[in-house]
Amino acid sequence: MSRPPARKQENHKISRELFVLTYGALVAQLCKDYEKDEDVNICLDRMGYSIGIRLIDDFLARSAVKKCRSYSETTDMIAQVAFKMYLGVTASVSCTSAAGNEFSLILDKNPLVDFVEELPAERASLCYCNLLCGVIRGALEMVHLAAEVTFLQDRLKGDAVTEIGITFLRKAEDRKHKR
Amino acid sequence: MADETLFLLLHNEMVAGLYRAAEQGEGENGRCTTKLESMGFRVGQGLIERFTKDTARFKDELDIMKFICKDFWTTVFKKQIDNLRTNHQGIYVLQDNKFRLLTQMSAGKQYLEHAPKYLAFTCGLIRGGLSNLGIKSIVTAEVSSMPACKFQVMIQKM
Repeated sequence: MSRPPARKQENHKISRELFVLTYGALVAQLCKDYEKDEDVNICLDRMGYSIGIRLIDDFLARSAVKKCRSYSETTDMIAQVAFKMYLGVTASVSCTSAAGNEFSLILDKNPLVDFVEELPAERASLCYCNLLCGVIRGALEMVHLAAEVTFLQDRLKGDAVTEIGITFLRKAEDRKHKR
Repeated sequence: MADETLFLLLHNEMVAGLYRAAEQGEGENGRCTTKLESMGFRVGQGLIERFTKDTARFKDELDIMKFICKDFWTTVFKKQIDNLRTNHQGIYVLQDNKFRLLTQMSAGKQYLEHAPKYLAFTCGLIRGGLSNLGIKSIVTAEVSSMPACKFQVMIQKM
């Protein structure tokens, strides 16, 4: 190959930027189409859900991970493996409930907002990255784990970090082998 | 690469979502293609800026088109354009025999009527890229048999 190796890294970065820019254009278009922030958030979540139910197949095929035996293993998998694979960043996980079914992922660096400086004043309650919530929810549902996923903190709205909360809806119990 | 999957899924979801909303709303089908094209335009403008930061100045129009066919297409779609034709009077036809966004859809004539929806974004991408390189153009696409498609670029003399 006559191209220097540095070029490959750049190209890799650019194809990720393609995704980020496309996402930004999508959010901008949705903001034009819908007046209320809530509608945009719901639309993003729904789109994320459709993407998530398909993405899980790709994830499982690429990563060939073993079956997760507990909710905390599942959340770790999402934060360490899935985020790294698709967004190039890892999130840190913490369990926020005694029952062991509520977790939060903390993202220091959110690549989706690389080109966003701040939300416009009239869109103060827009969850810019709501697609991520939908993706996680859809993916979990396809592996038979019902969950509620929301944004607890958002750097774009002035909080210190970006935090995603995952609440698994069934009681945490010992999961036996199903196959 | 994993990035490609994400973009592919997002793109398909965008097309589906926009058309779904149009069906439930006013039913103006033509607007969806325009919306997708203008989204592609914005993305193309931004992307070409990041991409050509360090490259040398382009000699002429043909050089720019070759750049789009080789480097730009390779970065975005992981392959080069298979065939570039021109009449040297401002019309270029870019042919991709295995267009990445259509390969998963069908391999022949099935779903041919839905193919144009999935090409609108890419037309905008090309138009946006060219616009930020100083070329005003109109880009259209046609598909006769998936996954091969042709993008026609008409340069507008200002």
